[in-house]
Amino acid sequence: MIYVTRKAEFSASHYYHNPSLSPEENRRMFGKCNNPHGHGHNYTLEVTVAGEIDPATGMVLDLKDLKRILEAEVIQLMDHKFLNKEVPAFASKIPTTENIAIEIWNLLAPKLTVGRLHRIRLYETPDLFVDYYGD
Amino acid sequence: MIYLTRRYRFSASHRLHRDALSEEENARLYGKCNSPYGHGHNYVLEVTLAGPVDPATGMLCDLSQLDATVDREVIQRFDHTHLNLDVENFRSRVPTTENLCVEIFRLLETKVPGGDGVRLERVRLEETSSNYFEYEGEHAGALSRRRV
Repeated sequence: MIYVTRKAEFSASHYYHNPSLSPEENRRMFGKCNNPHGHGHNYTLEVTVAGEIDPATGMVLDLKDLKRILEAEVIQLMDHKFLNKEVPAFASKIPTTENIAIEIWNLLAPKLTVGRLHRIRLYETPDLFVDYYGD
Repeated sequence: MIYLTRRYRFSASHRLHRDALSEEENARLYGKCNSPYGHGHNYVLEVTLAGPVDPATGMLCDLSQLDATVDREVIQRFDHTHLNLDVENFRSRVPTTENLCVEIFRLLETKVPGGDGVRLERVRLEETSSNYFEYEGEHAGALSRRRV
């Protein structure tokens, strides 16, 4: 078993708000992240695929295919977007880094035909990241 | 289950030395790290929590609470100190980065914020950009088995 990681970057804005809470509770819980106009980050995404090396190619999977899937499923959907307003999954779910990582897993897992999605690592800033392994 | 990692920095000096050993043995064992006045590092600390995402907040824990806990338990205790001379825990224990990493885990283990099921998964401490140490407690965390 070998692990292949591909990195991609996207920039997006978001804000944190739970509509079932009062404005005061939202401000207390989410602080400056509750500003309804949103704020942005440069996200760095690392996608790790686990698999076996194909003896014919010496590769687990064609990285061009992985790049194309990342571009089509994630970058096109999220890059330069206001996540709360422009990405359907976040109409009813707060686009925290935790939830974005899980959403990216759910978008990519069914599209991978070679190997197995092992980990999504999503950096919100260089000092903060989350890992999701699908369970 | 999601894993959240936050990075912090502090600077401290230390000297690797054991009173039980002779000067020659200390010099042989610890080399230039045995220099009597100590020397310093810019440490980079990574704290990883594991747990479920709270559906009400979309978050594993409140990051400002995590920052406050790490600041109180670790940064204020160690930053700009001489670990051997200024930190009680290292009066009788050599402040290697291994021991410092374990000490930080113990300081944080019972104090990390978050709801039910949130736990301290791992402490990773970089002494320089070329070496780092990781500790996951005595249970040997799930993360080390999954890490790539």
